[in-house]
Amino acid sequence: MLLINASRNTFQIQQGFSFLPGKSFLTNLQNLLANGNIPVLSGIFNSFFVSALTAALATYFSALTAFGIYAYDFKLKKAAFAFILLIMMMPTQVSALGFVNEMDALGLKNSLIPLFLPSIASPSVVFFMKQYLDSSMPMEIIEAARIDGSNEFYTFNHIVLPVMKPALAVQAIFTFVSAWNNFFVPALLLDSADKKTLPILIAQLRSADFLKFDMGQVYMMITIAIIPVIVVYLFLSKYIVRGVALGSVKG
Amino acid sequence: MNSENSPRKRKSISYAKWGYLFIAPFFLAFLVFSLIPLCSTIYYSFFQYFRSGLKIIGPNFVGLKNYITLFQADLPKYLGNTLLIWVIGFIPQIFFSLLLAAWFTDLRLRLRAQGFFKTVIYMPNLIMASAFAMLFFALFSDNGPVNGSLISMGLIRQPFRFLASVAGTRGLVAFMNFLMWFGNTTILLMAAIMGVDPGLYEAAEIDGASSRQMFWKITLPLIRPILAYVLITSLIGGLQMFDVPQILTNGTGSPDRSVTTMIMYLNNHMYSKNYGMAGAVSTVLFILCSVLCFLVYVNMTRDNDSGEKRKRGARH
Repeated sequence: MLLINASRNTFQIQQGFSFLPGKSFLTNLQNLLANGNIPVLSGIFNSFFVSALTAALATYFSALTAFGIYAYDFKLKKAAFAFILLIMMMPTQVSALGFVNEMDALGLKNSLIPLFLPSIASPSVVFFMKQYLDSSMPMEIIEAARIDGSNEFYTFNHIVLPVMKPALAVQAIFTFVSAWNNFFVPALLLDSADKKTLPILIAQLRSADFLKFDMGQVYMMITIAIIPVIVVYLFLSKYIVRGVALGSVKG
Repeated sequence: MNSENSPRKRKSISYAKWGYLFIAPFFLAFLVFSLIPLCSTIYYSFFQYFRSGLKIIGPNFVGLKNYITLFQADLPKYLGNTLLIWVIGFIPQIFFSLLLAAWFTDLRLRLRAQGFFKTVIYMPNLIMASAFAMLFFALFSDNGPVNGSLISMGLIRQPFRFLASVAGTRGLVAFMNFLMWFGNTTILLMAAIMGVDPGLYEAAEIDGASSRQMFWKITLPLIRPILAYVLITSLIGGLQMFDVPQILTNGTGSPDRSVTTMIMYLNNHMYSKNYGMAGAVSTVLFILCSVLCFLVYVNMTRDNDSGEKRKRGARH
């Protein structure tokens, strides 16, 4: 239905629902791309850039953290894991004020860096990875690697990571999607048009004067924001659905 | 793990530094991007610090004055809005999730195409909340397609102004939250129900219990920890509600600020650069969420212990 409306013009859309696609799909697309106020292409690029880096950083460093807690015995091990569990559900919004000011002070406001760098610390991903390691990483392999003279870091990169591939894939998708959809922090940080991500552009569409606006473009914009995620999801849905249940229920 | 064999324990002494090294990036990033901002947020909340026109007033230390202003003014209203919308969305969510989860896991019914249904009901969760809100705004606007269809079907004469009525707007926000989250809840509950020992159902079946009795007497009591988890995490999610009402009402919370949520309120203060008040709102939110996070923690660790006991019992 979304796609159908994306292919019709304003007048047709206002008449009601229809199951037949209209003929304005390409016109709407062209209009949107030509709209100078809404830099869609750079929005797509920014969103993709931030989301991909977030996914990479979050999965790699979470796996590293989870492995550190799983494989080694050290004094603060229990405390560290308890701490991660405690802060797992804490929303990022509560520290947003300090975060924005800090980034301002560091000169990173209006930059994409503060959008992906904090994902090095993503407690819920660490928790998921730890669950996965508990269930499918035998310590014997690591010890065998040690005997063969592998350094710990090398062991992690070449032996542990391949074992964790399914978990990495699931979490990469989740973190990618949540970064793709993130609105609150980017909206506070980004000012200049060429840095804006897709959700901000949607907000901008919303605040534009609605009566003058071409509804076809609105639907097209929504389509652009949603479709990539949906396509990936449909391909990988089996793993994702399994991952949802794994993340919070032990068994 | 550590008490099983002593050789590993002895060896681990030399590997401890690797443990610290591996978890260091996480804690460093957490310190820089979460802990320091959090502390400065709380610190700001005790100051009068805002911009009026081009002049920056403060920071002057005012103690708890921001909090007093906050509780006397709008905070109770916004917290009420947030909770009300959450409740309107959560009740149908838990109802349908339980119903669906019970159906899908019922061994007698043996419903087909489970994977497909799971895929479909989880999908809204991945859709960009702001795009979803924009879509609903476009659909339900005064001369949008919903009104167009209703008029052409002859159900109403005048377009119904969904976004100008309090119930309509709140209802829409709650409905969107329901759509976005009920798939997630259903999958969690299904996993929980699958985890219940099937022997219990067999025994109940031999004793002649009906499906309904089994649901109320076996399933529900046994999945209570997961229900508690769902409830608390959903409440935390509800407190964070922002994207949907922000986009739907263009940040105004109209009509009459009836859908302004806590985070929207925070957002308004941040845009107007009133750091003192924004800090106070954040701190209140932080305290609320800490309590909830602690409940999640207690729930999870207790769950963990019983799970380990179960596993150990099965092994012997």
